[in-house]
Order: sequence, then structure tokens, then C-alpha cells
Amino acid sequence: MPKVKVKRKNPSLDMTPMVDLFFLLVTFFMLTATAREEEAVVVDTPSSISQLQLPDTNVITIAVDKDDRVFFGVTGQQTKEALLNKIAGKYGVSFNEEETRTFSLLNNFGMPINQLKSFLAMPSSSRKNVNQPGIPIDSVNNELGDWVLQTRLTNPKVVIAIKGDSDVSYETVQRVIQILQDKKVNRFNLITDMEVAPKNI
Amino acid sequence: MAEIQEKGDSGKGGKKRGKKSSTKVDMTPLVDLAALLITFFMLTTTFNKPQTMEINMPVKPDNEEEQIALKASNAMTIILGEKDRLFYYYGLGDPAENPEVIESDYSANGIRKVLVSPTVKSNDKMTVMIKPMEQSRYKNMVDMLDELKITGTKKFALVEITDNDKQLVQSKLGQ
Repeated sequence: MPKVKVKRKNPSLDMTPMVDLFFLLVTFFMLTATAREEEAVVVDTPSSISQLQLPDTNVITIAVDKDDRVFFGVTGQQTKEALLNKIAGKYGVSFNEEETRTFSLLNNFGMPINQLKSFLAMPSSSRKNVNQPGIPIDSVNNELGDWVLQTRLTNPKVVIAIKGDSDVSYETVQRVIQILQDKKVNRFNLITDMEVAPKNI
Repeated sequence: MAEIQEKGDSGKGGKKRGKKSSTKVDMTPLVDLAALLITFFMLTTTFNKPQTMEINMPVKPDNEEEQIALKASNAMTIILGEKDRLFYYYGLGDPAENPEVIESDYSANGIRKVLVSPTVKSNDKMTVMIKPMEQSRYKNMVDMLDELKITGTKKFALVEITDNDKQLVQSKLGQ
């Protein structure tokens, strides 16, 4: 009786479908990716069960970090350019084209207006290392109020969102809310993290 | 590498054939690369937009007279104190009435139980006033608004703390 020949199987796999799948995923992620935005400040937001989503456009984000510094950001390059022009006119500072362009690419910033020009003139690498003092919010020098007002005049559709750090004292947030109310903004959003709602209460 | 050349025949008296090179391409490095790219894009993608909670502040009245006074029986005040402490009392906090200030906390058995208790739930007109003290954290306020949302309390307002309330808390703490 002849020996039964065990057919030797080729141990290699056909990887073609796997590659297909992988490239499909790569394409998907590449197309959906919006690179994580570079923030001037790290803010650890508290969590809430709210499911509302913040829109992508026409948003003013006022970030308050744990050292009570206030940062201002608004979406839209055109809005930012127009906004800077208005602020420049109001405060008697002038920005050249390069600085305006830099400003329109900034996500958010926390510089008083008198220091803004030198901040924008810096090369982007050293701009990251600047310790931004935050936008003045005291009643004598209420620049935040002007930023908000001018943004709303530039783009009336803007929604205002406050992004506060969990540990920031309420006093600062209260001041920000006061400024908003002074500018007749009575509806705004608080940016929060996701949290699962309790099932039984 | 992954391909192991299999010997085509056992060589039993067969003709010597020209060595046929395999047409299969080794795909492993390709897969490696693709997986690396997937990982990169997955990590840099911000999938979900930030969550928000919307709050509406009461419009500042032009003249005080037009405001309708809140009845004491329909009012409840929650004071957010420092170090994550929380106090509440019913009524408007008139010192003459000497309202009973009760301490509670942010846990599921704390203020949430109070907000679903019949005193609050069965009274449709019950208005909850949140008064965060200056020393309280921002998180406290968000947590409180969240509790109100969880318990489905419709009428609430974020109010600035008064000296009255501070005194009430002081006397409560002094006990």
C-alpha cells in the first residue's frame, strides 16, 4: 500500500483582501479627519449628560483656564480678519497684512490688545512658548466685551460657547457671564464632556 | 519571506524545468504600512464635536417694578459653597423667617433625592435658584445644572449670591 501523501499546505495567506480593507479604512479616516485643533490652552471641561452638539461654524469660544485666564476664539477666517480690522480701528492699533493673516489662522488667543501686535509678529515656533496672560476682563479694561461685541457685529449669527476648566473659581466665570449679559447675550452654551445619564433617579 | 516555496514535484524522473518564480507579491509590508496609517488617522481624528449644554439667563429687566415677585412657597435656593459643599433651603431666604439651611452633596443620593422629592416635584411653580459662591468651582455649577437636567426640573435660574445667603451659610457652618 502506498503511503498516503499528506498534501503540504502553503502557509502563506492571501493578504489582498486585508490590504483592500485597510486602504479603504485609511481613505475613510483621511477624508473624515480634521486634524486636532491646536489650542492655546489646555482646558479640562466638566462632564454633563447633555447631548447637544456644538455647531462647526459661527462659534465664539471663550475658554477660561484654571489660572483664571480668558482666551477668545472664533471660527471663520473672514470673520477673524474683519474682526481684527474693527478692533484695530477701535483701539488705534494697526496690523499689517501678514499679521492679519496670522490672526485669521489662530484658533484662540489670550493676549491684551496692546500686546497683540508683537505676538502676531512673532514666528509661529516662538509663539507657542509665549505665556499668554489672558484677555483682560476687569471693568476698567474690558477687552473681552469688545471682542464679543465686534464679533457679533461682524457676524450676527455667532453662537457663544464658554469652555471653562473644572477647577476654575466661579468668580471668573461669573464675570464672563456678566460681560456677556452686559452685551445682551442671554443665551449661551457651556462646553462639557460626555457623561452617561443615570437610568433611575 | 511569508512565501514558502513549495517544491512542485518530487523530482521523480521529471524534466528539469526552468524555475518558475512565484507571481505572488508579499503583501506584509503593505499591510504594515496601511495599519500604521489607520492608527495615525484614527488618533488624530476628532470624531465627536464638543458637547454643550445650553443655558438661558434671565434678561435683565429695565425697570424692577415690572418683575413679578416670586412667592416664598414656590422658591428653593441651592447655594454652592467652597470645597464642593452644597446647601439648600426652601423659601426666599428672608433672615426674619430664619429658613432651615440643610447641607447636601452632589452624589446621586444627595441633592438629586431632594429635587425628586414631592416638595419640589409636585409643585409645578417651584423655581430653583442656584447661587454659586465666589469660592465654588465652575464644575460645581455645571454639576448642579446637570442635576437639574437629570431630574427634569424646568424652572431654574442662575442667580448671584446675596450677602443674606452668605450669612445663612456662615451661621450654618458656625454651628
